[in-house]
Amino acid sequence: MPQTLYDKLMSAHKVLEQDGSTLIYIDRQLIHEVTSPQAFEGLSLADRKIWRNKSNLAVPDHNVPTTDRSSGVSSISDPVSRLQVETLDKNCETFGINEIQMNDVRQGIVHVIGPEQGATLPGMSIVCGDSHTTTHGALGALAFGIGTSEVEHVLATGCLWQNKAKNMKIKISGELASNVSAKDLALYIIGKIGTAGGTGYAIEFCGNTIQEMSIEGRMTLCNMSIEAGAKVGLVAVDNKTIEYVKGRPFSPTGDTWDSALEYWHTLHSDPESHFDDSILIDANLIKPQVTWGTSPEMVVDIHGSTPDPKLEKDEVKAESIRNALKYIHLEPNTLMSSVEIDKVFIGSCTNSRIEDLRAAALVAKGKKIAKNVKLALVVPGSGLVKKQAEEEGLDQIFKAAGFEWREPGCSMCLAMNADKLEVGERCASTSNRNFEGRQGQGSFTHLVSPTIAAATAIAGRFSGVES
Amino acid sequence: MKKFTSLSSIAMPLDRANIDTDAIIPKQFLKSIKRSGFGPNLFDEWRYLDHGEPGMDNSKRPINPEFVLNDPKYSEAQILLTRRNFGCGSSREHAPWALDDYGFRAIIAPSFADIFYNNCFKNGLLPITLSSEIVDNLFNYNGEISIDLDKQMVETNDQSYNFEVDPERKRRLINGLDDIGLTLQHESKIRSFEKEHFSKFTWL
Repeated sequence: MPQTLYDKLMSAHKVLEQDGSTLIYIDRQLIHEVTSPQAFEGLSLADRKIWRNKSNLAVPDHNVPTTDRSSGVSSISDPVSRLQVETLDKNCETFGINEIQMNDVRQGIVHVIGPEQGATLPGMSIVCGDSHTTTHGALGALAFGIGTSEVEHVLATGCLWQNKAKNMKIKISGELASNVSAKDLALYIIGKIGTAGGTGYAIEFCGNTIQEMSIEGRMTLCNMSIEAGAKVGLVAVDNKTIEYVKGRPFSPTGDTWDSALEYWHTLHSDPESHFDDSILIDANLIKPQVTWGTSPEMVVDIHGSTPDPKLEKDEVKAESIRNALKYIHLEPNTLMSSVEIDKVFIGSCTNSRIEDLRAAALVAKGKKIAKNVKLALVVPGSGLVKKQAEEEGLDQIFKAAGFEWREPGCSMCLAMNADKLEVGERCASTSNRNFEGRQGQGSFTHLVSPTIAAATAIAGRFSGVES
Repeated sequence: MKKFTSLSSIAMPLDRANIDTDAIIPKQFLKSIKRSGFGPNLFDEWRYLDHGEPGMDNSKRPINPEFVLNDPKYSEAQILLTRRNFGCGSSREHAPWALDDYGFRAIIAPSFADIFYNNCFKNGLLPITLSSEIVDNLFNYNGEISIDLDKQMVETNDQSYNFEVDPERKRRLINGLDDIGLTLQHESKIRSFEKEHFSKFTWL
């Protein structure tokens, strides 16, 4: 029977089935400091061991400062944050888990360093106590976020119970304009299907637009699958995937590489395989996007306006629009290009890879950020991304334009470290969530691509760039 | 794990769709390395008028009288009644920990986000999915609601509604079973799977 890519990945990891649930084997668990301490504590209390140390890779990312950290963990000024990072270090040492520590050049956001290190490989089953684990599906891996109890379960058993998701195909055809990125595509799709549109589904992205898209673009798209509620976001393995994976520290070599290649080339949905739902997207129609509200589905073209709740027939939706506009201090029918911003954040597991930084630098080159912009941050996704960007001179471009060039981490995406918005501040952000208070209590987040974030920093208000 | 069999309680109505886990428990409280103590910060940004940080004495903070959680009428509510896509966003299990720590034992909504839904079952918290129409009815109902997990029934004084739940999750919740202990009963199967898996996929 023809199988979808998701079906193939599930069956390749199936240990056993019981009453409709499948016990699947987990090849890789990525660990960070926020969702793991209680899991390690649970293991200790029950006197349990780690099933397979080698499957796990840890890195601190959420709490780390993006300013000077030459004095190591003690440079984290908030004692509660510091304790969390120290606890990760201690747990990894006690349990014998490979950890990339804060001051290692390879440190970065867990979803950036996984693929970067080759710790994410096609066909793997990958979990992490972080919803944006869907990112890794861009390489044809079965990857999803889990809670802390499940982190503990995977540490102790190497496995996880799963109920099989339904299959959804999103086929994207046509060409994205040069000022339109994978981020705009992701926001556009979420705008169409809503933040629960993918709930219960494994989404596979396909079509010639995806074939043309870089691996980093695919990661951005799969990363945002969770914002549509999907279990996983997937892209079939192709030559771009293979090229990306080749030569990375954890990638196979020699004969092992050859046998891996043979398998990886089977990682696509079979022709005629069954999808429970299919959606077609015309890439030619997509303009740069900006969110206007407090959910990623509240999104318009950069030249669009905020909606009018009076025109919404569904009362629950109309109420959501009213709540969102009230929270975010915007009137109905406001042109987004008239909205001034206070801060800009370029970073996060969605948009902090080298291509993202190049796209933003291209716009910022030779320009200055607007006077009303209090702070424009560029936070590379990893130490290696930072190094590469510096070799290309991108840091100089950003600094000359008035941006701050920081150390890698999650930073202002969720503002667990010192990088946060103050009450009433408005931010153009390349991150993934514009929820109330996400970047700081009482602050306003508008999600955009790196290109739009840079253009907005220069203009001081939401701004597009010519294609 | 904490068991769930049945309960009777009034429901606290939280009339909003798409409530995300950032709203349920804001990020600054995720710095804790413990599993407990999140209840006083449940819905922190809606519940208090000031900015909350870990370590504050929450009893001294100004409360938002307009937020339903602060309505004394619902102080004993063990059921949370809300709208679609509850628990979307971040995978933080701190969200069900906070709901549980506050005293909620069940949540009724037209739909839940996947990871949150899953996390509830690990903490003795029962998420119940009912149609939008039934949820509308419950929003208009003020009395006590009874939940029976074994019978998969939600009852008001004049109506009863059946709900779906995965049989394995139900069994574990009713008996308060330890997930890891159960899985480790299959240890030899996992070992033999693993052996074959690694001989086939030698690069792992």
